[in-house]
Amino acid sequence: MTAMNGTGPAAFLGRHEGLRGRLPGASLPWVEALRDRSAAAFRAQGFPTRRVEAWKYTDLAAVNASVFGEPLTGVDDALALPPATGPRAVFIDGRFRADLSNLEGLSYTVENLAWALPTLEARLGALVRPEEQALAALNGMLFEDGLVVSVPEGVAAGVLHLVSFATESERAPAFHPRHLVRLGAGASLTLIETAAGPVRARYLHNPVFEIEVAAGARMNHGRLQQEGREAFFLSTVYARVQEGGTYDNFTLNAGSRLARNEIHVALCGPKAECHMNGVQLLADGQHADTTTALDHAAPDCSSRQTYKTVLSGKSRGVFQGKILVRQVAQKTDGYQMNQALLLSPEAEIDSKPQLEIYADDVKCSHGATVGELDAEQIFFLRSRGIPAEQAKAILVEAFLTEAVDAVADEHIREALSGAVAGWWQRQGIQGGIEAA
Amino acid sequence: MAAVTETIEAVQAVNDGGYKWGFETDIEMDFAPKGLNEDIVRFISAKKKEPAWLLEWRLKAYRHWLTMEVPHWAAVKHPPIDFQDAYYYAAPKQGPKSLDEVDPELLKTYAKLGIPLKEQAILAGVEGAGDSPSEGGRMPIAVDAVFDSVSVATSYKERLAKDGIVFCAISEAVQTHPELVQQYLGSVVPQGDNYYAALNSAVFTDGSFVYIPKGVKCPMELSTYFRINAKSTGQFERTLIIADEGSKVSYLEGCTAPMRDENQLHAAVVELVALDDASIKYSTVQNWYPGDAEGKGGIYNFVTKRAACRGKRSKVSWTQVETGSAITWKYPSCLLIGDDSVGEFYSVAITNNHQQADTGTKMFHIGQRTRSTIVSKGISAGFGQNTYRGLVKISPKAAGARNFTQCDSLLIGDQCGAHTVPYIENRCMTAKVEHEATTSRIAEDQLFYCRSRGLTQEDAVGMIVNGFCREVLKELPMEFAVEAQKLLQISLEGSVG
Repeated sequence: MTAMNGTGPAAFLGRHEGLRGRLPGASLPWVEALRDRSAAAFRAQGFPTRRVEAWKYTDLAAVNASVFGEPLTGVDDALALPPATGPRAVFIDGRFRADLSNLEGLSYTVENLAWALPTLEARLGALVRPEEQALAALNGMLFEDGLVVSVPEGVAAGVLHLVSFATESERAPAFHPRHLVRLGAGASLTLIETAAGPVRARYLHNPVFEIEVAAGARMNHGRLQQEGREAFFLSTVYARVQEGGTYDNFTLNAGSRLARNEIHVALCGPKAECHMNGVQLLADGQHADTTTALDHAAPDCSSRQTYKTVLSGKSRGVFQGKILVRQVAQKTDGYQMNQALLLSPEAEIDSKPQLEIYADDVKCSHGATVGELDAEQIFFLRSRGIPAEQAKAILVEAFLTEAVDAVADEHIREALSGAVAGWWQRQGIQGGIEAA
Repeated sequence: MAAVTETIEAVQAVNDGGYKWGFETDIEMDFAPKGLNEDIVRFISAKKKEPAWLLEWRLKAYRHWLTMEVPHWAAVKHPPIDFQDAYYYAAPKQGPKSLDEVDPELLKTYAKLGIPLKEQAILAGVEGAGDSPSEGGRMPIAVDAVFDSVSVATSYKERLAKDGIVFCAISEAVQTHPELVQQYLGSVVPQGDNYYAALNSAVFTDGSFVYIPKGVKCPMELSTYFRINAKSTGQFERTLIIADEGSKVSYLEGCTAPMRDENQLHAAVVELVALDDASIKYSTVQNWYPGDAEGKGGIYNFVTKRAACRGKRSKVSWTQVETGSAITWKYPSCLLIGDDSVGEFYSVAITNNHQQADTGTKMFHIGQRTRSTIVSKGISAGFGQNTYRGLVKISPKAAGARNFTQCDSLLIGDQCGAHTVPYIENRCMTAKVEHEATTSRIAEDQLFYCRSRGLTQEDAVGMIVNGFCREVLKELPMEFAVEAQKLLQISLEGSVG
């Protein structure tokens, strides 16, 4: 296959036209219809500009101006993946690699989307709103593969790793995986997702997740975004939680040149719960955006969100968080906090928490703070003999602790701590407390 | 008095618990033809005997307005406004001589609000009623009344003139202080700032002008009373307040309109300029006709208010109590340009029945160590929709800037909505921004506590709401605080049961 001609929406739309007959599911009318609907939605929206309210603080001009190509990955491409210690699904440039994955002996079903497609008519696209989210439309038009997880009723699935790697390529590949996760009533799953790639390679990773959590089920979703520093990571998660179910998302945004972490969660049954927490660690030249939309559509639900952003160099952090409480959603308990720490005079943070409330018997609050490290706290540590740099590292770590501590799953917490420590090393900051 | 030949109290407002300011005053009016075009702009300018530069300024605004699009981003819904189906100039045919002659309704309005007679006299600027500023421990208040399109009377002029203070209709200031008007008009809200500001710049008819000279502390509260009276008119007033170095002024604004089942447009522009060490306190009690219980009629209150704290250590404080209007669309803002300047915004907004309010503030931190405080209390009842929308923007140079924002919403009933949309944009490492927002309803235990002590449900709600709004109400000058508390209670009538 060939590289796309030109840039911007036209190039992607052209690619869809050119590949029509060869994309997975081309022979299935419902897949065709889904792709056409997505293409129409993407044609209408293009890459959103900053004039679109949801994109007020994140500029996709660089994505729009880039030439992307088709991912061309050979099976023999050498990859230094550590051996799997547990169940693991590996995707290279958006395509499933059975040879690198370890999915033996599971008590639930894990498939790849390209393979399972004929069975997914009722599931695929059920939660996605391509007319509202342009990037999900782009994904719907061009998805080729993804992870399909189905955990049967009452099964405690344990931990599953989803690993996404981009390969070194001159072609700047663009890939749009679609991942589907469904938990039956009372089931549970911890999905730990790692997205990474070569430091200097330019590529576009545009995943879309559709997650369905049935009554009483629990999904822990840990996401470590450590893409290469030239990468574009634009991800959209849709989750729907039924009565008494829990969706717990933690996202670390540490990699890529431009990252958008967009999460839409709908609490559709009474007593459903949602936790969304995250940390954004940004160094010079990076832009990261976390945008959450929480839809309280049933009574007695609760939601908790804590997001922390640390900015160094000339970086820019964005947080947009909307809590919608519908009229039926009485007794809602919603809380959201986002905080940013600026370590550099060139950094910028933009924050837009938002409440939209139509029910009266609710308790909803949000808070936001922005500031630098407290001079008095640094002085306190220094007066006890701790060097300035280390004192700062300790305070940054303390700042992040609240968000990390909110992660219920120990596996996710562990993976996260490792990733945060790695970030510090790359910044030339010594590990905080240990070093002290 | 010729101008007020007949006054018709059209409404038996007291009994039905509705809008009590819905009277219409039948006065012979001088109208410009309906519709809007360059000739109307010229007509207004000619009526006001304006200098050429001002006509040009208006025409420039009008031409720019034609190129602009109606904004859609606010969380309010209304049918499109037909700008050709309104009168842009309406004035009483005969100019009245003084305030107490012209508008007995003003007195009645205050009476309805339950303000004692003595204070009414002071408020209305009755000669001798409050000549000595210390009388009764209270400051007198100078009033400028704007009736539809024109300022009809300004009281206490002489007393103010002694200190060199200028307080008059802006059309008068154009004649008497053209250099000040030309220097400052549009310097805070440029002609093309937004759709309704551009419209206002083209067709504004009157409003107040205040100039406080260097070092002068204004000896009394200045007040403007706005009223839309004539049918099918819009009101486009323009207020300009300049506080020169080291000066201080407190300004009050009150508004009412008759009850009509059509929607009327009020698109005002208010510009404040504070120079070094100057301080301006601007208080509004907005009680435009909100429409009836079914949401028919009412004022569209689309207002641009902005202050420039140009001087070092200057301070502007906005306080607003928004109880009226079918739709309120208003963001009193501060440009904190001078180092160490301070901006404040205290707001209570109530929406009942089908009222919609999208209001908040913008604080632009540009100078070093600039500080801002935002306290917003939104109350929704009936089918009301209440949105706080605010921006705190900190530029890279605003080292040591500080903001604190608190937005609380109270919901009464399950058909209303409360929304909070704050924007925080920070590009300065040493700045500190804090924002918190809560939404809740009146707690059952609070109500029970009050009821068990013999208060009626309505009184209990009124008391709790007043407590909820206390932080804002205490910022109001005392005379207005009384009025505002009453208004809160009246606005919520019928919302509990």
